[in-house]
Amino acid sequence: MRVPVSWLTDHVDGELPADADEIGEAFVRVGLEIEEIHRAPEITGPLVVGRVLQITELTGFKKPIRYCRVDVGPEQNAAGDDGDTGSRGIVCGARNFAAGDLVVVALPGSVLPGGFAIAARSTYGHVSDGMISSASELGIGSDHSGILVLPEGTADPGDDARPVLGLDDPVIELNVTPDRGYCFSVRGLARELAASLERDFIDPARGSVPADAAPSWPVRLDDAEGCPRFVARRVSGVAPNAPSPWWMRRRLLAAGMRPISLTVDVTNYVMIELGQPLHAYDATKLQGDIVVRRARAGEKLRTLDDALRVLDPDDLLITDDSGPIGLAGVMGGASTEIPAEHAEGATIDVLIEAAHFDPATIARGARRHKLPSEASRRFERAVDAQLPPVAAERAAQLLVEHGGGTIVAGRTDVGAAPVPAPVQMPLDLPDRTAGVVYPRGATVRRLTQIGASVELATGDDGKGAVVATPPSWRPDLTMPADLVEEVLRLEGLDVIPSVLPAAPAGRGLTAGQRRRRAVSRALAEGGYVEVLPFPFVGAGVWDAFGLAADDVRRRTVTVVNPLDAERNTLSTTLLPGLLDTLVRNRSRGLDDVALFHLGQVVLPHAQPVVMPEPAVRTRPTDNEFRQIDAALPAQPMHVAVVLAGEREPRGWWGGGREAGWADAVEAARLVGRVAGVELRVTKGELAPFHPGRTAVLRVGDFPVGHAGELHPQVVEALGLPPRTCAMELDLDLVPLADVRPVPRVSPYPAVAVDVALVTAEDVPVADVADALEEGGGELLEEVRLFDVYSGAQVGEGRRSLAFSMRFRADDRTLTSEEANAARDAAVALAGRRVGAELRA
Amino acid sequence: MSESTQETVPAGGPLDAATLDSAAAAAEQAFAAASDLAALTAVRPAHLGDRAPLLLARRELGSLPGKDRADAGKRVNAARVRVQDAYDARREVLVAERDARVLVEESVDVSLPWDRAPRGARHPITQLGEQIADVFVAMGWEVAEGPEVEASWLNFDALNFGKDHPARTMQDTFYLRERPDSTDTSTMVLRTHTSPVQIRALLERELPVYVVCPGRTFRTDELDATHTPVFNQVEGLAVDKGITMAHLKGTLDAFARAMFGPASRTRLRPSYFPFTEPSAEVDVWFPEKKGGAGWVEWGGCGMVNPNVLLSAGVDPQVYSGFAFGMGLERTLQFRNGLPDMRDMVEGDVRFSRAFGV
Repeated sequence: MRVPVSWLTDHVDGELPADADEIGEAFVRVGLEIEEIHRAPEITGPLVVGRVLQITELTGFKKPIRYCRVDVGPEQNAAGDDGDTGSRGIVCGARNFAAGDLVVVALPGSVLPGGFAIAARSTYGHVSDGMISSASELGIGSDHSGILVLPEGTADPGDDARPVLGLDDPVIELNVTPDRGYCFSVRGLARELAASLERDFIDPARGSVPADAAPSWPVRLDDAEGCPRFVARRVSGVAPNAPSPWWMRRRLLAAGMRPISLTVDVTNYVMIELGQPLHAYDATKLQGDIVVRRARAGEKLRTLDDALRVLDPDDLLITDDSGPIGLAGVMGGASTEIPAEHAEGATIDVLIEAAHFDPATIARGARRHKLPSEASRRFERAVDAQLPPVAAERAAQLLVEHGGGTIVAGRTDVGAAPVPAPVQMPLDLPDRTAGVVYPRGATVRRLTQIGASVELATGDDGKGAVVATPPSWRPDLTMPADLVEEVLRLEGLDVIPSVLPAAPAGRGLTAGQRRRRAVSRALAEGGYVEVLPFPFVGAGVWDAFGLAADDVRRRTVTVVNPLDAERNTLSTTLLPGLLDTLVRNRSRGLDDVALFHLGQVVLPHAQPVVMPEPAVRTRPTDNEFRQIDAALPAQPMHVAVVLAGEREPRGWWGGGREAGWADAVEAARLVGRVAGVELRVTKGELAPFHPGRTAVLRVGDFPVGHAGELHPQVVEALGLPPRTCAMELDLDLVPLADVRPVPRVSPYPAVAVDVALVTAEDVPVADVADALEEGGGELLEEVRLFDVYSGAQVGEGRRSLAFSMRFRADDRTLTSEEANAARDAAVALAGRRVGAELRA
Repeated sequence: MSESTQETVPAGGPLDAATLDSAAAAAEQAFAAASDLAALTAVRPAHLGDRAPLLLARRELGSLPGKDRADAGKRVNAARVRVQDAYDARREVLVAERDARVLVEESVDVSLPWDRAPRGARHPITQLGEQIADVFVAMGWEVAEGPEVEASWLNFDALNFGKDHPARTMQDTFYLRERPDSTDTSTMVLRTHTSPVQIRALLERELPVYVVCPGRTFRTDELDATHTPVFNQVEGLAVDKGITMAHLKGTLDAFARAMFGPASRTRLRPSYFPFTEPSAEVDVWFPEKKGGAGWVEWGGCGMVNPNVLLSAGVDPQVYSGFAFGMGLERTLQFRNGLPDMRDMVEGDVRFSRAFGV
């Protein structure tokens, strides 16, 4: 909402602060956010009003050019270049003005916005002794269409043009929150400003409209819920070509609206001043009674923007015998529009509509037809239901004042304005809410200030209460908390002290939260860089991943209104986002990249579950709440890494080491260790991994994720560096180990024994180690693989695994005999279980 | 040397003066020949160890008669002292020499890099979220969580957003459907704020509730220098008996001091949110602000709307509460002077690395 300060001044008693910033601060104090304060750019030097006396068309040039004699007032005329004391000569290329018009002239010595200095100069065979200016050259609007022509009577030649143009009148642009529909008007803003500055407010809607019982047009409300009240006033004999007065056009410009014609300007002006959207019909085109009703199936309406709109049964319509003539509160129809062009001397017959509509109906209609208009923006936030007759009267009077004609006897006023219900509130509720002891009477005073009628009463508990009946423009005030807010904001939030509440002793982070932090830290310490990719993916990535058509990961939640139509689903794995980020880093010349991401993935149900929609203002049943969670897709916390390039860089110490499948598996083991769980790693196969280099990560037997090298086809399809590796596991599937076993730390010496076992090549090392671990019994402290050998000495298809085993007893120094016996048992078990033989 | 000695101590035997003398001399020679400490240490056992001649000679003393034993003992000891002295002297020389020369020779260029381990980092948004959580956990609050794909009921309805209220459309919501062909597109959304966690916390926890919730949120804003469709918020909620707006102010001030230093504080400007009444915008006094200390827009807050308490099953006649929310990206942006929000989402490793682990 944009409003020039002068318009506010009209409705606040006494002088306003000279500095617009101070006015802005006064607004901010009571809850209106200042978007910007626009000040007209400075114009120095002589800028005056002039009257065009004579126009000579210059011919023989590439473009049409005119030489004008302009009366710029006796003093300025006399100071002119050519000694003529009755006018000055000015060359001008624009053609939208005629002899007799009032224009704005920048005389030599003036400097227009942007440092544009005006000087007398010879051009097209004449001396041009100044410049006839357009609105944009003057910095008061973006209208480049031609010279600014002021309506007759606005000012006299020679007058300083600055006050006429309002260059000394800053425009305040505010953000109006959705609860304060009344602030979409000068009336509402001036009321707030007056309250903030402790001044009296002069209501532009004050006074009463003349009684006029007979209807000016027959109107029937078939949908009193959608349209509770409809007022119409008729003005006949209006000259449609009459210019709107300059002050009105200037204020509309300042408010960000383009002046168009008298009827349009008047309805817009009254809307901005009072907040009531109006519509002007060409009464001669109306056929029969006006009926307000919902649309019928198949009905269509051509709106003012010349779009033919198919109507929805929920659309609220203004209709006559011809059918729909307007989308109520959103946009009028083309069939009853007042035409833009009129014959000279023609008059029109105008029916002004000022109605009150249901906010939700208008909001839905405007959204459905994608027609956010100045009218719908106000109606969907609720408009003062008492305004329609006042606004219609004001518009009728302005039309008559500036366009002639007469107000036709009679006023239609059907339906009834909704009346706000009184709200009772304990007298001390504002104090209790703010934690402030306000001065006596503050609550009543503030509620009176916003226009409520206030009475004191005794509450059910015997304590004092206020009963406030909100004013008609504040339908948002429906409960005690709403009244509290009014008192607090007008008393000023800066009086609220700072008191730290004493929260009860908390339990700290949960085990899951601590684990997530630990995992994140461990991966970062382990050389992985955390990134936070977006969850949006397209189906193409699953093809690139080589997922089977029925792979469960293809089952995604769809975004109805994606930013990028190519990425319109939520990912079921963290890998696409990580791989995208990997590619982006590579494209920026960062070759060695190791990334991690901890985040939720979204896994929809096989069969959708119906989402309950519980009532509000009452607790949902436990069942409903459970049902909500059951209807949402599963969203487990995953952790994933991707890596490519050198895992350890080459340097002066020697060569580097390429990242490989084992790094990815180790990242999983690291996560497991941090989580207090030893992951079991077995061989598996899963797209998008290399079928020979895929590790299944298990807790016990339960798979929780995968790690390994990516499939070469995936690498190629996604443009990844060769041998890119990845790991992803579902952290929620890893049980929280809250109590870790306390090891007994034996102080007795250990006995170390090495064994070399020969097995078939396809026996996993983990299985051999497990067998040794189990077979070694209680005395075995550690088993560690230190060498793998395959070659002629162990035979084709076999390999030798060298383990060091450390034995130790808790209570004595172990003898080598005991250690050897334990080793033999371990080797024997490995022999039985995986066919391992001691290497000869 | 006495006669008797000559009789009882056989010439050329281990206790013979000449033998001892030559053993000592051999030791002196060996020590002198050791060119560094390692060599000295290597030859030490041969002359001062358990099997050295002088030590073996001492074992022979027991077989001598009294007086001879005393004399021989003196000789052995004298020889041993002589060898030990020679050792110590040589060692002193070699230590001095090492300190003077070898350590100099062994000097290296310590500025050589040893960046063999890859350098990882955590995203600054994660770090900021944890820092904020820690501030509140230290005050006894707990950290609450909720899903990113959320029921509209929790994201809007329960938070007092009317079905057709403009506040709902102002949130620029991503709407979701579980099936590409599903017609139901209004019951599930990507949460537009962390506020649904307020409802979850109140439904799931015993009163009083003091929780903070950092989390990822979504709005249909195109990515640019100051907007991102995926961003993070931190939500705070306190519901207890007798909670006032002064408590809200006190909590925000403590939060501001923890984040921006002891000189920081907050101020409230009246505003509107459907889920709080009264509502306010929070500005924070930021001492390190570019161009001089000043107020910076930080977030929104207010007293929990009684309708919200009712939807969460809390009696507003008995309990009251406050809530606040801030954007983490925005906080990071002004705290660290980051000009472009895109750096936070693109995942360039150079960006995260600057913030360490």
